[in-house]
Amino acid sequence: MTAFVNQLPIGLSIGAVLLLIALGLTFTFGQMGVINMAHGSFIMAGAYTAYLLQDLVLALPAAFLVAGAMGLVLERLAIRHLYGRPLDTLLLTWGVSLVLQQLARDLFGAPNVQVSAPSWLSGGVGILPYNRLFIMGLAVAGVVGVWFYLTRTGLGRRTQAVVQNRQLAATSGIDTGRIDMLTFFIGSGLAGVAGVAVTLIGPVGPALGDYYIVDAFLVVVAGGLGQLRGAVLAALGLGLLNSYAEFWSDASLAKVIVFAVIIAFLQIRPQGMFVLRSRALT
Amino acid sequence: MIRRHLPFATVAVIALVAAPLLLEPFRLGLLAKYLCYAIVALGIGLAWGKGGMLTLGQGVFFGLGGYSMAMYLKLTEAGGAGGGLPDFMVWSGVESLPALWVPFGNPVFALGMAVLGPMAIALILGTLVFRQRVRGAYFAILTQALAAAMVILLVGQQGLTGGTNGMTNFFELFGQDLAEDSTQRGLYLVVASVLGLLYLATRQLVNSRYGRLLVAVRDGEDRVRFLGYDPALVKTVTFAISAGMAGLAGALFVPVVGIISPALLGVVPSLELVVAVAVGGRHALAGAVLGAVVMGYAKTAFSEQFADGWLYLQGALFILVMTLAPKGIAGISRSIAGRLRHARAT
Repeated sequence: MTAFVNQLPIGLSIGAVLLLIALGLTFTFGQMGVINMAHGSFIMAGAYTAYLLQDLVLALPAAFLVAGAMGLVLERLAIRHLYGRPLDTLLLTWGVSLVLQQLARDLFGAPNVQVSAPSWLSGGVGILPYNRLFIMGLAVAGVVGVWFYLTRTGLGRRTQAVVQNRQLAATSGIDTGRIDMLTFFIGSGLAGVAGVAVTLIGPVGPALGDYYIVDAFLVVVAGGLGQLRGAVLAALGLGLLNSYAEFWSDASLAKVIVFAVIIAFLQIRPQGMFVLRSRALT
Repeated sequence: MIRRHLPFATVAVIALVAAPLLLEPFRLGLLAKYLCYAIVALGIGLAWGKGGMLTLGQGVFFGLGGYSMAMYLKLTEAGGAGGGLPDFMVWSGVESLPALWVPFGNPVFALGMAVLGPMAIALILGTLVFRQRVRGAYFAILTQALAAAMVILLVGQQGLTGGTNGMTNFFELFGQDLAEDSTQRGLYLVVASVLGLLYLATRQLVNSRYGRLLVAVRDGEDRVRFLGYDPALVKTVTFAISAGMAGLAGALFVPVVGIISPALLGVVPSLELVVAVAVGGRHALAGAVLGAVVMGYAKTAFSEQFADGWLYLQGALFILVMTLAPKGIAGISRSIAGRLRHARAT
């Protein structure tokens, strides 16, 4: 029982990291049909930003801007030309992530580096270490921020319109190109923030993003495209499932179990937890 | 008739006669390795190019084939099933041969599993996924997750699979010394022939009614369903065929290269093969094969020169191919041929 409880903060904090990563993915995927494999590199960029600054409070906004700017450049230079060809964007962005990873290896060296956590994050309340609590708080802030943006601001409402029906949105006078840029910026920025978060629970290396990106995509698949609720539930579920499967079986079987659960889940809900209703034939 | 088969016949003669005569054993071994990858690429060309299923997990099937073969080789070397233990098991402290390993002492079983095992997994996964109309990017993500899970499983089960190091140190295959040049040349001929035969069979398949149905499913799945066909079945069967090809390629790869390890079949190698197909041209089966050989050669050549530069080059190559020439080498050559024909006609 104690082991069960002890595992809880680990599962929740992994879920929180996955959530921050998946928030960006689910919107770029849902809105533009872009499978962005370079998203993992944005996580890495955020983590190295934290490494360079060695100051958590400064690192959060800096990582958001750095990763967001990288996303913006990628969207403008490359992805923009490939809309409507999701599988091609997947391969293109993977090429980008290869280049970025090698760049990180050349700039910072191949070995892992460490980011020193601030002293006010050591310790904890009961079984909850402060650093994991901080990550969860970050995820909550991220979700609330995205929710506020999407439902309470004009730009956000326009974003939702583009997610629901791009052509109709464009005919209503929404500049879909600008909305795409903005979505990409925010989504990539959140990946950067997630990168800062993971520096609190592990070392930083050039291949950091690879570790999370596959799971983050599974969150998008299980949660449903462009669905905030879906992303939250799926990320927490996957984080907990991951940590408990690792705990009860062994680490090597955990991913297989998670995979089987996702496939089983898709038998009941093939399009994820929440589906955007539409009459279009896909 | 003759003109249609001329390109294939020329390539076949070069591959089967000229290459073994002209290339030194080391280079021939490398070519055999690329041809193994080309078999996987052929399967990807069928599933992705013709069927529209982007599979990012072919490495899993390749690996299952490879591990089946490696298990057989390890067992013959250790003195047959039930006899001695493979070297890595001794190192990991395994005391008796695991039950999973026992049947792999039989070469027919091992080779059968190398092909049928991947096909069975693809059939199950395909049925579960395609029946629910999960497709496109979703399917790609799921296959990628499968590849990631597979690697972690193989690394974790050290006593069964050799962990991160995988299996290596194979000495003989069916009584032939693997270090001998003649054995390697024989293996090369086997790989080249298998590739040639599979290529012809796949081309036949694509030109059959079934192949047309497959392309129709790619271009308009719902229309095919409304016409009374079952697209899920068509896709599942195709996915299984491509998985079987990857498995066979893995089984051939092991004696040729002499190692199988998780690093050869994870997310990255699976994606690399898909990219090779894209570079060669996904819409033409020959393009897929060509792409695998060209990319394999390029990787070796550039890695020999400057190790790190290859990743930059590879990355840049994807970006260029995807933005400028999405149809790959085959697309470029086809449009040149089309222009020439046009010029001649006018």
